[in-house]
Amino acid sequence: MHFEKRGEYSFFLRRCGKIEMVTVPCAATDSRQKGQGKMKAFLILEDGNVFTGTSIGSAREVISEIVFNTSMTGYLEVLTDPSYAGQAVVMTYPLIGNYGITPDMESGRPWPDGYIVRELSRMPSNFRCEGTIQDFLEKYDIPGISGIDTRALTRILREKGTMNGMITTDEQYDLEEVLPRIKAYRTGNVVDRVTCREKKVLPGKGKKVALLDLGAKKNIAHSLHKRGCQVTIYPAHTPAEEILAEKPDGIMLSNGPGDPKECGDIINEIKKLYDSEVPVFAICLGHQLMALATGADTYKLKYGHRGGNHPVRDLETGKVYISSQNHGYAVNADTLNPQIARPAFENVNDGTNEGLSYVGKNIFTVQFHPEACPGPQDSAYLFDRFIERMGGTK
Amino acid sequence: MPRNQEIKKVLVIGSGPIVIGQAAEFDYAGTQACRSLKEEGVEVVLVNSNPATIMTDKEIADEVYIEPLTVKVLEQIILKEKPDSVLPTLGGQAGLNLGMELAESGFLEKHGVKLIGTTAETIFKAEDRQAFKDTMEKIGEPCAPSLVVHNVEDGIKFTNTIGYPVVLRPAYTLGGSGGGIAHNETELIDILSNGLRLSRVGEVLVERCIAGWKEIEYEVMRDANGNCITVCNMENIDPVGVHTGDSIVVAPSQTLGDKEYQMLRTSALNIISELNITGGCNVQYALHPDTFEYCVIEVNPRVSRSSALASKATGYPIARVAAKIALGYTLDEIKNAITGKTYASFEPMLDYCVVKIPRLPFDKFITAKRTLTTQMKATGEVMSICDNFEGALMKAIRSLEQHVDSLLSYDFSALSDEELDERLQLVDDRRIWVIAEALRRGVSYERIHEITKIDLWFIDKLAILTEMEKRLGQEPLTPELLREAKRIEFPDSVIAKLTGKTEQEIHDMRIENGIVAAFKMVDTCAAEFEASTPYYYSVYGSENEAAETHPEKKVLVLGSGPIRIGQGIEFDYCSVHSTWAFAKEGWETVIVNNNPETVSTDFDIADKLYFEPLTPEDVEAIVRLEQPDGAVVQFGGQTAIKLTESLMKMGVKILGTRAEDVDAAEDRELFDAILEKTGIPRAAGGTVYTADEAKEVANRLGYPVLVRPSYVLGGQGMKIAYNDEEIEEFIGIINRIAQDHPILVDKYLMGKEIEVDAVCDGTDILIPGIMEHIERTGVHSGDSISVYPAPTISEEVKETLVEYTKRLAQALHVVGLINIQFIVMDDEVYVIEVNPRSSRTVPYISKVTGIPIVDLATRVIIGNTIRGMGYTPGLAPTADYIAIKMPVFSFEKLRGAEISLGPEMKSTGECLGIAKTFDEALYKAFLGAGVQLPKYKQMIMTVKDSDKPEAVEVAKRFEALGYKIYATRSTANYLKEHGVQVLQTKRISQESPNVLDLILGHRIDLVIDTPTQGNGDKNRDGFLIRRNAIETGVYCITAMDTANALATSLENAQARLSLVDIATVKNV
Repeated sequence: MHFEKRGEYSFFLRRCGKIEMVTVPCAATDSRQKGQGKMKAFLILEDGNVFTGTSIGSAREVISEIVFNTSMTGYLEVLTDPSYAGQAVVMTYPLIGNYGITPDMESGRPWPDGYIVRELSRMPSNFRCEGTIQDFLEKYDIPGISGIDTRALTRILREKGTMNGMITTDEQYDLEEVLPRIKAYRTGNVVDRVTCREKKVLPGKGKKVALLDLGAKKNIAHSLHKRGCQVTIYPAHTPAEEILAEKPDGIMLSNGPGDPKECGDIINEIKKLYDSEVPVFAICLGHQLMALATGADTYKLKYGHRGGNHPVRDLETGKVYISSQNHGYAVNADTLNPQIARPAFENVNDGTNEGLSYVGKNIFTVQFHPEACPGPQDSAYLFDRFIERMGGTK
Repeated sequence: MPRNQEIKKVLVIGSGPIVIGQAAEFDYAGTQACRSLKEEGVEVVLVNSNPATIMTDKEIADEVYIEPLTVKVLEQIILKEKPDSVLPTLGGQAGLNLGMELAESGFLEKHGVKLIGTTAETIFKAEDRQAFKDTMEKIGEPCAPSLVVHNVEDGIKFTNTIGYPVVLRPAYTLGGSGGGIAHNETELIDILSNGLRLSRVGEVLVERCIAGWKEIEYEVMRDANGNCITVCNMENIDPVGVHTGDSIVVAPSQTLGDKEYQMLRTSALNIISELNITGGCNVQYALHPDTFEYCVIEVNPRVSRSSALASKATGYPIARVAAKIALGYTLDEIKNAITGKTYASFEPMLDYCVVKIPRLPFDKFITAKRTLTTQMKATGEVMSICDNFEGALMKAIRSLEQHVDSLLSYDFSALSDEELDERLQLVDDRRIWVIAEALRRGVSYERIHEITKIDLWFIDKLAILTEMEKRLGQEPLTPELLREAKRIEFPDSVIAKLTGKTEQEIHDMRIENGIVAAFKMVDTCAAEFEASTPYYYSVYGSENEAAETHPEKKVLVLGSGPIRIGQGIEFDYCSVHSTWAFAKEGWETVIVNNNPETVSTDFDIADKLYFEPLTPEDVEAIVRLEQPDGAVVQFGGQTAIKLTESLMKMGVKILGTRAEDVDAAEDRELFDAILEKTGIPRAAGGTVYTADEAKEVANRLGYPVLVRPSYVLGGQGMKIAYNDEEIEEFIGIINRIAQDHPILVDKYLMGKEIEVDAVCDGTDILIPGIMEHIERTGVHSGDSISVYPAPTISEEVKETLVEYTKRLAQALHVVGLINIQFIVMDDEVYVIEVNPRSSRTVPYISKVTGIPIVDLATRVIIGNTIRGMGYTPGLAPTADYIAIKMPVFSFEKLRGAEISLGPEMKSTGECLGIAKTFDEALYKAFLGAGVQLPKYKQMIMTVKDSDKPEAVEVAKRFEALGYKIYATRSTANYLKEHGVQVLQTKRISQESPNVLDLILGHRIDLVIDTPTQGNGDKNRDGFLIRRNAIETGVYCITAMDTANALATSLENAQARLSLVDIATVKNV
């Protein structure tokens, strides 16, 4: 085909309504996508199941926790969501990369350890397209596999629960050798890997918000900033005193990766934030850490909630919102001390806790993602609520 | 919110006869909703004039009125049945309009009846162009700059301010009737004046043209608590400019990033909230391909064709949930029936790709313009599911049943490059085949996109398919190549053609290498939860999920594919009823079908549903897995019958009438032998293959003769030939559409046409009733007005008919249904044709006689006897009322289509008139078909010479009704000579004012134009008169019998009609 030459990969971009053909050197992608020279890759699950597909991105071997995401759009936001650090994500929607790489990134880089898809589009098309997933993964040395039966894989994860797996291009792999290694994998403390190194300020004329970056998606800061807030982003291990010293109008605890119980130090600091009188709004990992800090427990879900279609019920109004979700752990509502926190949201499907309201405190936390990206924007009003809780727009 | 206990009895309004733009999807939605209501203990009163629907069964509703859908009739039903609520959102635009009129007039309030599912205000805000625009403006949702105009001058003035081209959209019309794009003032005047006339309120929206933008739709649900979800979004491959009903559509959207997706989703939720809709709603968007700019095109505050598609594409039963919402439930209280675990407030997630392709009727209307515009032309559609787009497209193509199986099926290779470039500019139903040819020649994606505006992503997908064609043609066929070809769903037959191998070789190579289809589930949740009632689609290269079941008895029911002229919703009715009957007898039922608009593809009709193309290869994959004890083909129309031979080769037992006997009915020589043996006369004729043979036979028999291909339904390709030239022409056309089978040439007999459906158990027959056509032979049975019980035939003839039916059924060893058409001429009975299978009239005759013949036929197939089921063999006792089936056409939607009736079927739907007297039944039938006369009491007559004597009688009757009659010269002279007051009008070729000006003057009720034979100037004049009449909304009659019937109907017009509850009809 005219748009494809050995060693080059071309795609079309629309810029200012004009179509341009962009050709990029690409040693591996095109030959791997089509014709001969396809490099095989294997996904080996800890239960011994093996899927054979085609290598995408980096050819290096990786072991990680395999989780699935059911979003039909937003693969790029998923890839760049720091909450996926320490995990390899499988997209249940089979056609990935249709619109290529656009500026819609939730952080500066892709975070998953591995990427598992049914089919990668060989030619993305979108007016903002800047490149392909293939190149993007390669650039960040992230291994992946395409061409496998992702639905069969998802069914295994659904039936048996989230498990570890290995992506490898080594055709000589020895199951007996690799399975123990795969089983031994632990996500560990991944917050440290994803949090920012230095404090950053997004200037604004409205309320001053301190955002604790536990692996924050960009749109959390952006959602506050576009509502006029001045957002100061703190690294995860910032002492509470340092944050409180700045006298913020409110504190925002972000989403983040991994088991919340790995975040012992941070939990201690969060307890101090709880004890202060500053309004707090927390999302996802932040929500779990606040619960742990105040004596409640968290547990690992069988296979988590990852996608853009989960209904959550506001227990106060009875109203249901479709939410964006990405979590493998949840707060155990049975362990709540009703004097401290009460359930504010629940998942309509499985009844798991989706949000808490803290008694006598100006604190509310949610398990789902009001910042969306990807996913429905239905609960974006929670940012407005937070601003009200901080005393309005002024 | 729990269910509103005050709602105890609901009147559900159906959508009426099937027309283009309002088809089977409303039977699907209505049936599902009625079942959903009944499940809640609500008493359901149903009104729908369409007898071919499942929703008008007594199993579906408690009281069933197959009555004309007019405000007056509805008022009468409300007074009689005293429902507490009316649900108008399930009957398409027709239902919504009626609901709104009932509310606006204050009738509902006066009688304490509530409108549920919507409010008059909501309908007004969504449907009235200005109110809609104001509402969108209020919530900041952009619409294309537009103005509602009530006259042509304002339209021109406004267009001059926004510039050409502009889109014109008449308010309150179906499927965008009368709409279009005007590129200059002449076109503007033309389309606008037509649109103003067609609009119920004389309103047309003139709008900035956003043609070429991406067209995206969202299906949204909302409950009274304000909870909203989107069921699904869909992307039209054809950009804005082609009606979504005529576009190739993919679900979910493929080329939208999450930003675009969520932007439009949020907009859709804002709109449904602002309109305060409780139930389902469809929002259509135009999205600029190079920016985030978008416009709201349209909102449908009801279930729609798109919602039926979205339901089938996702597994989310929109109509069912909408009905529950109407009763007061909230989304989070309604269980998702597919998973049984999640709730209706969960948004479906797809892990596959769905492609819909419209089924266009250009094979029937060869003179109609194939161009696709904002005026919908498709009669039906097919849907396919695959885990990749290319595969879904390929599966949908071969589901179409129009002799296409790949991108090679239409050959444009003879075009020069310049011609091809030009051909690409044409937006018609063959565009993707033209693009494929361009890709084969190496035309750049950029160029194709520039012309078509189709997104590059889709163009690349077409290229992947043409690249595969090339590889198959050039490379040795390795298992890897075969695997890849099957992954993108190349059928074995196409691979065989391209590789020069036989289909069997490809098949064997696949089996040897384990390249077989696996089946995946549609489960609404991308496998996140276990599903309890999923349905299946096939993919290659995956693990099979379809559970193997080994019940005692398992039957495979083959559906009827897309709705097209000649094979409509009736066959879905039969398939569904047969499935239910098998289930009642303890069989496990498996349905295969590919039509998203139908009841048969609802998730809970059969035990298992396979959403697959109905080709031998696709069916074989299902047979391999399911191993059914038998297959039933006699209910799925020609689509299913065609699979008989292949099924037998696969070792599947054909239940009911054997395949050899089906063949015997179609094979001229075998059938002649049977007729001879049974002593039944038929018109003389012969079987031919070439035009020369046909002429030889025709001259031997003497003209006129009836020419038709064998093995077709709906009289496709059937014509009456009056001379050798016409034979040449017709045979040419026939050979384009069906080459495999011989052509039949018969002496044309002009007499009364009689139709009989019967059940036969191998020995006895049961005829529920005899139907007589108003039109004499020559008009296709599907286009004739059909009367039950036959009013004008003698007892002796009836006895002969019963006797012949019995002899034929026995000679053909029929087990199940048989349909026979007879001619009665001078009290002699001749057979026209015999179809040992279900027919178009089965639902109608079942309903009006109360004899469930599909159910009986199915039980007979399983081994019961007519006597054993408690019926007396022979002709069932005649009902004590008259039921008249009236054909309904969609000619106004098909520019350039010839409307005159003949042996080839042209109607898209039907309605019923039922009453104690013939006259009232006839009046109701015309009323149901939308013939609401008189208005201006002026008519035009122009008839061929042989009809002139009869025309005098007709003219006198209309004269007596107060009609002023215009006629062209020769008709006028003849009428004058015979004492009719008539005004002569000039022919089209003469200067204005002539007959065309008269029609375009919008003061004419009726045109009676019987077409002259041949293709001379006279006929061209007639064609123009007929087309112009149709396009200006004038009722046009092309047969004298129909004209007489209309006169009878008008002579007996009554303000008050009697109502018949079909559910009370009994006959045992």
